[in-house]
Amino acid sequence: MHRIAHAIAALPDNPALSARTVINGVTAICDPLGGLYLPDLDILVVSDLHLEKGSAFARRGMLLPPYDTLATLRILDAIICRHNPKMVISLGDNFHDRVGSALMPELFRQMIEAMARGREWIWINGNHDPDGTVSLPGSSADELHYADLVFRHEPAKDAPAGEIAGHLHPAATVTRREKRVRRACFATDGRRLIMPAFGVTTGGLDLRHKAMHGLFDRQSLVAHMLGRDRIYSVKFANLLG
Amino acid sequence: MNQIDSASRAETFLSLPPPFLRWFADKGWQPRAHQLELLSRVQGGESMLLIAPTGAGKTLAGFLPSLVSLTGRGKIPPGSTFTGIHTLYISPLKALAVDIERNLMKPVGEMGLPVRIENRTGDTPQAKRQRQKLNPPDILLTTPEQVALLLANGEAERFFKDLKYVVLDELHSLVTSKRGHLLSLGLARLRILAPGLQAIGLSATVADPMDLQRWLSPQKAGENNHAGLITVTGGARPQISILRTEEHVPWAGHSAAYAIGDIYRAIGETKTTLLFVNTRSQAERVFQELWTINDDNLPIALHHGSLDVAQRRRVEAAMSENRLRAVVATSTLDLGIDWGDVDMVIHVGAPKGASRLAQRIGRANHRMEEPSRAILVPANRFEVMECQAALDANYIGAQDTPPVGKGALDVLAQHVLGMACAAPFDPLALYTEITSASPYADLTWETFERIVDFVATGGYALRSYERYAKIRKTKEGLWRVSNPLIAQQYRLNVGTIIESPMLNVRMVKRNARGALGRGGMPLGKVEEYFLEMLSPGDTFLFSGKVLRFEGIRENECLVSQGYTLDPKVPSYAGGKFPLSTYLAQQVRKMLADPARHASLPDQVRDWLSLQKDFSILPKENELLIETFPRGSRHYMVIYAFEGRLAHQTLGMLLTRRLDRAGLKPLGFVATDYSLAVWGLEDLGAAFRGRRPSLADLFDEDMLGDDLEAWLNESFLLKRTFRNCAVIAGLIDQRHPGKEKSGRQVTVSADLIYDVLRSHEPDHILLEATRNDASTGLLEIERLGDMLSRIKGHITHRPLTQISPLAVPVMLEIGREAVGGDAQDFLLAEAADELFGEVVATVPRVS
Repeated sequence: MHRIAHAIAALPDNPALSARTVINGVTAICDPLGGLYLPDLDILVVSDLHLEKGSAFARRGMLLPPYDTLATLRILDAIICRHNPKMVISLGDNFHDRVGSALMPELFRQMIEAMARGREWIWINGNHDPDGTVSLPGSSADELHYADLVFRHEPAKDAPAGEIAGHLHPAATVTRREKRVRRACFATDGRRLIMPAFGVTTGGLDLRHKAMHGLFDRQSLVAHMLGRDRIYSVKFANLLG
Repeated sequence: MNQIDSASRAETFLSLPPPFLRWFADKGWQPRAHQLELLSRVQGGESMLLIAPTGAGKTLAGFLPSLVSLTGRGKIPPGSTFTGIHTLYISPLKALAVDIERNLMKPVGEMGLPVRIENRTGDTPQAKRQRQKLNPPDILLTTPEQVALLLANGEAERFFKDLKYVVLDELHSLVTSKRGHLLSLGLARLRILAPGLQAIGLSATVADPMDLQRWLSPQKAGENNHAGLITVTGGARPQISILRTEEHVPWAGHSAAYAIGDIYRAIGETKTTLLFVNTRSQAERVFQELWTINDDNLPIALHHGSLDVAQRRRVEAAMSENRLRAVVATSTLDLGIDWGDVDMVIHVGAPKGASRLAQRIGRANHRMEEPSRAILVPANRFEVMECQAALDANYIGAQDTPPVGKGALDVLAQHVLGMACAAPFDPLALYTEITSASPYADLTWETFERIVDFVATGGYALRSYERYAKIRKTKEGLWRVSNPLIAQQYRLNVGTIIESPMLNVRMVKRNARGALGRGGMPLGKVEEYFLEMLSPGDTFLFSGKVLRFEGIRENECLVSQGYTLDPKVPSYAGGKFPLSTYLAQQVRKMLADPARHASLPDQVRDWLSLQKDFSILPKENELLIETFPRGSRHYMVIYAFEGRLAHQTLGMLLTRRLDRAGLKPLGFVATDYSLAVWGLEDLGAAFRGRRPSLADLFDEDMLGDDLEAWLNESFLLKRTFRNCAVIAGLIDQRHPGKEKSGRQVTVSADLIYDVLRSHEPDHILLEATRNDASTGLLEIERLGDMLSRIKGHITHRPLTQISPLAVPVMLEIGREAVGGDAQDFLLAEAADELFGEVVATVPRVS
């Protein structure tokens, strides 16, 4: 909810309380709207947009509100305006199913075209949308190597340093006075980073879940959690399982 | 038609078919007056409501018209054309339908009647259900959900065309819920399929019988249609007493631990005792404490809704065979099942409603002529007054059952889809049919159209789902389902009881290496949200044991032996009832009238007279507000007597307003009787200086913008939305244990709620959610009634220290439970606080 509200309030000159981190020597800024900005490369990374999730469910008989794409795109527009990057990389699961991009309403297509104007746009393929996108600006790829970084959807078990991936929708939980708070997060140990899911109707998977095992050096793992209008960075040891 | 006289009753008796007369003669019994009157008036063509206490022969009365009619009809010869069912019996509980089958088969067998009786519940095997459709029994015993399923079937018309009677048991408990709304719509459809259909409702005493009489009868604008009424009064007056004890009655709390010794003695003096409590955590605690002092090893068992089914069945069996001396139970045992020879009911904690008390006490001694015996055990001093009020009410026969209520829109959406699954429908005909059900009598055509639109394409202003429509309009103007998968999906999601996600609790042991073993004993189920509050190592009470939480594996909660008597997390809140409006009023009356204090125990009387010396005792329609400093804080205590839920809502709204007035409130705590708010500023001085005045602070306008603003942030509304979304068919019901493993096809209702609210705040499902919240969880209507009642009647007592009456609520501060629905908003509060203190250097970038 707060992301939807703050995206609407966010202006290009409106500063956000972000967190700065370094991945394999490359500086990265975790933005509370859910995207990662690499200032030295002028690249904005987002992941797991899951666009057209509502209509993907509608095709199967559950008529979820058709506003998820609109809400996600508004936040995307706000974060692009804030950083005005020369390149946008969307790290896969860009659409919730294979036919999502082909059947997307014209209005949303035009919004993406407007956002992509004047910059490069890479659609990394994900497990939900392995065949790439249809009739959208930019190009599709399974993975991208750039500078000292690798961009792919699913984190690889034995990836060399510098991997930026999505897929797992990491979330972290903190407690205080027996109260728990759970939020989506950027997860990084300085070697690799896993992006939070950007789509507004995407759930999260706890950093302690077994799917996360073996991906990070837990000593140096930090969760950069998405707060209302800032990032809260918490060491793995201080999180709750 | 008016009540029939004794001559025509005799005539009715003599007109009974010979097997009936012989059976009564053999038994040496006489049919009761109300049984004959019901028979005669049903034979005269009326629908009827029978209100009678337990043990009055309600079941036989309800079935007599069917049995007589079926005896007259005779057996259907083999090879004749298809005959649908003759009588449909609907009960709120599966167990009750099974129980009735047993009870009914006995006289039918003894009379040798040519009647086939079968039940059909969720547990009935598929083969038997198929056979029932091809070759229906004469009398079908079933539940509301099964009726909805049968009606949504293409064969419904054929199956129900010969239906003469529908018998609705425990109608008082059915009608007030969404389940009752769904059933009222089903009844409306049954009347279309079988135009001569008569309804027979069986009910315990209710506050407003006319509500139920209308419910049983088709409504039409300008007509006053209602079923006839037979009320059986009398029965022996129950012997109810309030536990008198030498022990110190506590100021606050709900455990009634002080009375365990007295309770144990009472159990020892009777044959079988039923011990009712209000919540599962109370049940667990009382059970544990009884066994701590159970030196005689009396067979005492525990029964509540989250225990493993097998375990519950064992307790029920032992109970009916009279092998137990006592059972500690929650509402799972409330309804009219026969439970062996219970000769005493002990009610631990206040009953919260006069009608609930009457029904629970009715469990003792199932024969009308003998008095029921009951002891009320108040858990704290306010409850002593509440128990006294409930006891007075039971003697004067006052009733406080909730009204039927306006039909819920999510239920309507489910029904509309079901009707499309049965056969293509004409919208105008369906609208007329639906408005004949009393909960939906005021439904506007416009709202109906919005519901149909919702069912078809989701009802969104952004009309992007036309191609995925679930139902479509044909050229002839009828709505039909788009494909057979829709009907299948409907069948999986039918019903209105939405279980919050539950996990199995399994007892495991650690092996030598310290790893958790597999495959221990299942103990029951516990709500997911409760476990979310626990950390590994925490101990809690469940199934009569102190358990240590080990972790969650797949859909199971793993626990081990706790090895402690003092669980860290005490509260496992399941099923809390708010104080009924009627009892609240009685408690206020009692407080205001010193003459009535005489009937109270000394301890309580002294407490009240101390309050009178120290502050005042509020008059019946007066709102007393006390302010006083304590430690570094200032407190205000509001004695509203409107129940915990309404107080919780009031607390949220008041703190918002105080905050706006710059008074920096820090928190609040609510009980059933009062509400305490505290902060750093001198609240008493602020009110005296009219910054703000109490009249402004408690103005009814707090239910306007403040309420709206709070609701929008509230977690409670999200939970309500989830239920509405499942009932309305927007998202699928999660079937516990049937989740797909691996990648699940789930979607979070919370996230959908956020997206919908920010993009289409007027959507019909959000309207349904707000309707629900304002009557249910938040008790906004009740709060509104209170605010208008106390206008001009607020009395402020600025004190220099805490008053006697304030002690109970002050003791609750810092003791609030970690679980339970109502604490969700605290979570949000904690989140902000926590995030304010979290580590990390956060560089500012732009």
